[in-house]
Amino acid sequence: MADPIGKTTRLCVRRGSVGEAIRYETFDVPYEEGMSVLDALRWIRIHFDSTLAIRYSCINANACKTCMALVNGEVEYTCIAKLTPEMITVEPLPKRPLIRDLVTDIVPENEKV
Amino acid sequence: MPQLSTDILVIGAGGAGMYAAIAAARDGASVLLVDKGQVGRGGATIMAQMTVAVALGAAEPDSVELHLEDTLAAGRGLCNEELARLVCSDGPKRIVEMEQWGTRWAQEQGRVKQEMAPGHSVKRCCYVDFLNTGPAVAATLRRKVSESTKIRRISNLAVLEILTRSGRAIGAVALSLADGEWVTIQARAVILAAGGLTKLYERNSASANMGGEAYALALSAGAELIDMEFVQFFPIGHLAPRLVGMDPILWDPFRYKLGGKLLNGQFEEFIDRYGSTDFGRYNATRDIAAYAILKEVEAGRGTPHGGAYLDFRHIHETQLRVAFGPVIDRLLANGIDLTKMPVEVGPIAHYHMGGIRVDTNMQTRLEGLYAAGEAVGGSNGANRLSGNAITEAFVFGARAGSSAAEAAQRAPAAWDEKLAEKTIESLGFVCENSCSDGAAPITLQMELQKLMWEQAGPFRTGEKLTAALVRIEEMRKIDLLRLRISRERDFNLDLQDWFELRAMLTTAEAVVRSALGRTESRGAHQREDFPIADARFLKNQVLELKDGNLSTRWAAPVRLNRSESSHG
Repeated sequence: MADPIGKTTRLCVRRGSVGEAIRYETFDVPYEEGMSVLDALRWIRIHFDSTLAIRYSCINANACKTCMALVNGEVEYTCIAKLTPEMITVEPLPKRPLIRDLVTDIVPENEKV
Repeated sequence: MPQLSTDILVIGAGGAGMYAAIAAARDGASVLLVDKGQVGRGGATIMAQMTVAVALGAAEPDSVELHLEDTLAAGRGLCNEELARLVCSDGPKRIVEMEQWGTRWAQEQGRVKQEMAPGHSVKRCCYVDFLNTGPAVAATLRRKVSESTKIRRISNLAVLEILTRSGRAIGAVALSLADGEWVTIQARAVILAAGGLTKLYERNSASANMGGEAYALALSAGAELIDMEFVQFFPIGHLAPRLVGMDPILWDPFRYKLGGKLLNGQFEEFIDRYGSTDFGRYNATRDIAAYAILKEVEAGRGTPHGGAYLDFRHIHETQLRVAFGPVIDRLLANGIDLTKMPVEVGPIAHYHMGGIRVDTNMQTRLEGLYAAGEAVGGSNGANRLSGNAITEAFVFGARAGSSAAEAAQRAPAAWDEKLAEKTIESLGFVCENSCSDGAAPITLQMELQKLMWEQAGPFRTGEKLTAALVRIEEMRKIDLLRLRISRERDFNLDLQDWFELRAMLTTAEAVVRSALGRTESRGAHQREDFPIADARFLKNQVLELKDGNLSTRWAAPVRLNRSESSHG
């Protein structure tokens, strides 16, 4: 995720667990054309706040299908949703039980302990 | 604390793990199939867009023997020939079985279509169009798993230790990631199917969840590893522009079918500078391509992202469309128009030949502990023949599942509650031991990935490997214990990263020690200070833990009895 020309963009991320007050945090992240929202979320975990809860497994291939979130109000795979020069808001899926931050409970009931 | 009990515990639910679960359940065993991600959605198989090599003989005459010959040639004298033969002989059965279960292999005149691929002497590689092999076979296996009443699936459960008693695997201790609960699993047999180690490298082609945990779990349980120096680097992995929704090794079939020009950062052809020629066909061999690209980068003639350009602008658009149809549109959606621009490519970690040492029943040296898929070492020797990875996922999965089911029938139900409690206590201690002023585990993961890429990557020297070993030991003994781990109960990624990092460090050390020991160049292991293959090294390195330290010894490769093999 090199950033040769120093461009950045801004991500607004909804944080918090069940029972906590909802809060939004904004992060300035390096921006290069083609970068995905997941790229930016991973960058935040590495450089700013490793406690940001996100869910993904394949990073690139849109194969695992586990990285869904609300991106600017639309349900999207964050690995495919592209960053833009304008600020993007990322929130957890609204129709799934919240676990923490952007992670919701998408695991079928019969796949739990 | 949840306590689970099963006949067979399968760790890792990718291609090999799901196949193992299906086979064990078919043989009457109850199965617990667990994955630290989501069952059927992680691992390497689902990422693979390429081909599966099997001697069906559908396109032209072929045989198990011929497939085996090609596999052994690629392995440069180091294959466990019994395991390699198993892959070749059982491959066709598994492909037919997968077809019966619903996988739609590409067809030609009513038969499975088989293509040529590098290293094969006949057309042998089948696939699902277009570049959809991995997702398609994963979907088939997921459906088959869900249909079995004997298989229970658990997602987001990370197995952290295998429990053993008197040389036998008796179960495991795991962490439930969603709610931070410890879970014990009592099992009559355990199958390690958690894949390879590509996540150890900064540049890799696999998913985020293969940090060598299978190897670390095996070592710690008392099993042996073999051939850990042989990491396969794919020479022209995608580097830039950012490309999502595609396997980063997608350019191989492009280059193979159409020919692609490799150019350095100054747009010069350079393959001819490294003792090879492209003969105007633009398909230099993988090893030359990897070496030439990295040397150009070293000389300051790389592309902006540290690789080479791959250029298809000399190919007409209609030709591109005939060869790759909808893939061209997926590239355009990523802003990549091959008729107008080159892409940047370079070597990336792709697969691991080494792994857990097993016999032909996939059993380790411990009773009740098995391995399957990429986690297994030995069958590919010093280099893997293209197309053999998914074949071995199916074959080893099926074999491990059946062997474990059989063993479970005669295994005593052995459990050791005290041992489980003690293990959880020691693992829990880690979480309590967070340093508030330390770095996050993911930061150290990144450092390790960079270190492995720079000092233990495609081209190695004794000096670089020694430096890597010193730093890895320091990370394992000092830095690992001074990290900051947050206290969240639910979906605590710091904690998940920490345990992953612990496994990554063990596995990285195994790779580096083995690479230091092999002072020659063979297959995927290239030493710049020992550039020639040396016949004295026609042997395998075997690793085990002794008093907590890695110890290495040499062993003769397992050879086939040739008269026996001619009937194979």
